[in-house]
Parts: sequence; C-alpha cells; structure tokens
Amino acid sequence: MRLALKFRLSGEKRINRSWQVDLFLFLLLGLFGAFMAIPLIYAINNAFKPLDELFLFPPKIFVRNPTFNNFPDLFHLMAKSWVPFSRYIFNTVFITLVGTVGHVILASAAAYPLAKYNFIGSKTLFSIVVLSLMFSSQVTAIPNYMTMSWLGWIDTYWAIIVPAFAFPLGLYLMKQFIEQIPMALIESAKIDGASEYRVFWTIVMPLVKPAWFTLIILLFQMLWATDGGSFIYSEELKTMHYAMGQIIQGGIARAGIAAAVALLLMSVPMALFVITQSQIIQTMASSGMKE
Amino acid sequence: MQQTNTLPASAGEPSPQKGVSTKHSKLRFNLKRMKNDKHLYVLIAPYMLLFFIFTVLPVVMSMLISLTYFNMLEFPRWAGWSNYTRLLLDDDIFLIALKNTLIFAVITGPISYIACFVFAWLINELRPKVRAFMTLVFYAPSISGNIYFVWQIMFSGDSYGIVNGFLMRTGFINEPILWFQNPKYTLMIIIIVQLWLSLGTSFLAFIAGLQTVDKTLFEAGAMDGIRNRWQELWYITLPSMRPQLMFGAVIQITASFAVADVAMNLAGFPSVQYSAHTIVTHLIDYGTIRFEMGYASAIATVLFGIMLCSNLVIQKMLRRVGE
Repeated sequence: MRLALKFRLSGEKRINRSWQVDLFLFLLLGLFGAFMAIPLIYAINNAFKPLDELFLFPPKIFVRNPTFNNFPDLFHLMAKSWVPFSRYIFNTVFITLVGTVGHVILASAAAYPLAKYNFIGSKTLFSIVVLSLMFSSQVTAIPNYMTMSWLGWIDTYWAIIVPAFAFPLGLYLMKQFIEQIPMALIESAKIDGASEYRVFWTIVMPLVKPAWFTLIILLFQMLWATDGGSFIYSEELKTMHYAMGQIIQGGIARAGIAAAVALLLMSVPMALFVITQSQIIQTMASSGMKE
Repeated sequence: MQQTNTLPASAGEPSPQKGVSTKHSKLRFNLKRMKNDKHLYVLIAPYMLLFFIFTVLPVVMSMLISLTYFNMLEFPRWAGWSNYTRLLLDDDIFLIALKNTLIFAVITGPISYIACFVFAWLINELRPKVRAFMTLVFYAPSISGNIYFVWQIMFSGDSYGIVNGFLMRTGFINEPILWFQNPKYTLMIIIIVQLWLSLGTSFLAFIAGLQTVDKTLFEAGAMDGIRNRWQELWYITLPSMRPQLMFGAVIQITASFAVADVAMNLAGFPSVQYSAHTIVTHLIDYGTIRFEMGYASAIATVLFGIMLCSNLVIQKMLRRVGE
C-alpha cells in the first residue's frame, strides 16, 4: 500500500478520484506528451547525426554515432559567407534584448496607472488594449509598412524593435498582475513623500518581478524568431532565423548544418523558460478577463 | 508638492460641489482632475503613443486605404467600395483563401482551446516536479521559434522522411508520398503542425488558473453530492476559472485565424493549387508582392472584422459556462 502511494504520480490524495481513471488519463497525457516531444527530440538528435545517418533508410529518430562536426561545419560555412555568422547572432541578440527590455519598462509604466488609478480615459484606454488582443498584427501590417517608410525606419533595427515596445498582450498581463498589489503599500509610500514615478520604480517594479519574466519570455520568443520580414533587406542586418532559412534551402549537403543551427536557436528560449517557469505561472494566475 | 495634490484619483472620486452642475464647471473640474493626475499621464504616455501609432491608427488607416486605389508610388485615388466588390465577387482565389482559413479556424481554434485546457487540467494533478516537466514538454514547441521546419523533414517527400519511412516499413504504402505536393494532405499536415504549436500563452494561463482554484470548494462539493471528477470539473473547476477561460479563448481564436507562416514555410508560397492559401497569405501576396495597397487593405479589414466578430460571439457564449 505504501509502495503504491510512493509511485503515485499525482501530488496529493484527492477526493472523487479513482486510480483506474487516473491511470487512463495519465497514459493519455503521456501519449500526447510523446506527440509534442518527438519532433523536438528528432530535431535535437539530427544536430548530432553524421550525414550518412541523416539519409538512412529506414530513417531513425535517435542518433547512433553522435558527432559534433555539424557545429564546426556551421562556422566554417558561415565564415565563407559574405556576412559573418557572428553578425547574424549580433543582430538577433540586439533586437531581442533592446525590444524586450524596452517593452518591460514601457508596458509596466503604463500598466501601473491603469491598474491602480481611475483617471479620465483610463477605462477607455484599457478596453482598447483588450480589443486589440482580438486581432493579430497582420491586420496592421500594411499601414505599419507605410509608417515605417515615412519615418525612414525601413531597413533599420527600429522597424522591428519599436512596435514590439507597444505589444498589447504584455501590457494586459502586467496590468492584471499589478492590480493585486495592495493599495495601502502604495499610499504609505506616498505619505512618506515619494512621487508617483518613485513609487512606480522603487515599490511597484520590484514587486512585479514574476510578471517581468512573463513579458520577457513572450517578447523574447517573438523577437528571437523574427526573420526581419519585409522591413529589413540589407544582408548585414538580417537575423539568425533568416540565416537558418538560407542554410535549409541549401539542401542535402547542408542538412546537418541546418539541424545544428536549429538546435542553437531553439535551446535559448527553452532554457529561459526552464529558469523562469514558476514565476511565469504565478503571473498567469491573474491573466483572467473580467466580465 | 502638497499632499493634497498627490491624492490618488481612485481614493474616492470627489463629486462636483453642490449647485455647480453646469457643463462649464464640469469641464473645469475634469481639467483640474487631469492636471492632478498628470504624473499618471506621463507614465502611460510613451506606451500609449506607440500603441496608437502601431496598432490603433493602422486599423483606421487600413479601413480608409481600403476605399482607394493605392500603389505606394502615386497619390491614392478614391475607389469607393470597388475593392470590396472585387474581393468578394470576382476574386476566386480569395474565396479559396477564405475557405481554407475557416477550415483552419474551425478545426484548430476549438481543438487547440480544448487541448490547452484538458492538458493543463491533467498536468495540474501531477506532482510539482513532474508538473513542471510536463508543462515544459507541452509548451516547448510554441516557444522554439521556427523549429516547426522539422515537420518538413519528417514529412519529407522521399523515403528518408521519417513518416514515409515508417509507413513504408509497416507496409501501409509502397512508395513515398509527396506530402506537400498533394493538396489532399497539405491542409491536414498544416493543421497538425498548427495544433502542435498552439499550446502557448493560454495553456500557461490555464495551468496557473487551475492552481488558484479554492481547494475547499472541492470538499464542499463532495458533501453536496458531487460524485466524480467530471461533475467536479463542470460544476466547480470551470466556473472558478471563467476569467482565464475568456482570456485563453481570445488568444486561441485570434491565432487560429492568423495561419500564414507555417503554411508558407511548409507548403510553399504560393502553394500547389492554393491548397494552403489563407486570408493572411492572400494579404501578403497583394501587400508585399503586387503592391496593391488598397486591395490588400480591404483584405486586412475583412480579416479584422472576422477576428473581432468571432471573438465577441465566443465571449458571449463563454459567459454561460457552468450555468
């Protein structure tokens, strides 16, 4: 009996649960978990396959003679290219970092008054933000292209970075989270003579750290995956995802290298999520939409 | 600065004084209120400025441009409703795109929404360590960037593709299937990949929401005659999570109408017989290749209308959950 308890997958003993249904449901979960994981496992394994294993019949998911050659090959190939690979890395890292940091600061600064005060226009502004969650960014793509060309931002990092600052989902989540901060905390700081800006920066910002990580992961994965779209056409400003696309099109000879780039690209956001998961879940608890 | 000036506006809205109820004094009162709250406006200004420039204004602009002929070189010419009549009556490819988009949305929208919830619900019953691991497994595809290209290798048209290899070895087929050249399969594969990618923000919101459901409700429910987990789910869990359910619905619905990147990268652009052509790829075609901005804006406006309407309808329906 004790042994059975020890191997239970579920956390606590709960009412209205039978082990038969538990077993069935967890098997189902495992099955779908495998469906989710297999393509990723396959992608990871491919990065370590020598060329002959990539083109094997019948094809195998797992690598048999792992090799690290794909990684040096990647840098050899890219060293010969017109733009060094380090430049693609720099572009992606720069766009991701600046866009993410800027978004976290601007969205938090806007979320604090919207969450904690009732001023003229606050309700309307927030409902417009909620409404904007209901359509995707493709709807606004054409006017944005015109705005960018009018601003002279076509073919600069800013065309990607600045719109990301005003990503609506981040403001929404941050506002919902800040609402939970007790007003007393803010008021007591004000009685001590702190200005609104000071309260935001020294009281609110440190308290919403879990929400930072949520905004960081959302923006990070979005910007990390950008390929520059129609905004960037200079080769030296293109991103890693663009470079990956080019390598993949290189066909069979480049299959191993493509798998290596893919592994490099996917491991960074995943590692970030592993580190920040518990804080993100904490923020998401307050994501609900009120009626 | 005096204390009275920094009083938060939400700390009891001061009502206008007795006897001064004219329009003029109300305006003056509002202006005074706005002046008192000026720090708040300074805080929201940078974000709101960018939000209006890059999200709100474009929607309005798009609607206006959709009534013109505009090619980015000449000054836009007024065209009335002609873009819309052409789009809805004369453009056969748009109808294919509309059909495909609706198929994607009707299949991936509800399935991904239910999957987000069901997996979150099951994962929530696991031990904390296992729970964290399973969360990662299900969430990983949606944050791994363009890693979905691995499906292209798995569904590769030669016998080295893992799906063809498996089917050939088990004897279902004798020769490799050209998955992405055959319109019969393209739509199905894109739906699978789209579902694979769809456990994102709403999935996390559901996991988080489930953890905040009041545990004592379950005990109280058991006393009130709830006999199994399904009743518990319908009468306790779902109603307690209604806010998260509404949020998740918005995210999933919007995403389900926006299928484009996966379709273009896997099935090619344009795809064979337009089998993976969607409203968004149609928009990209006219907006970035043909530079018919007026026409492309009409497509964008139609997409905007479809997304907004379906979201508002579903929101209405979800208010009834658990009632």
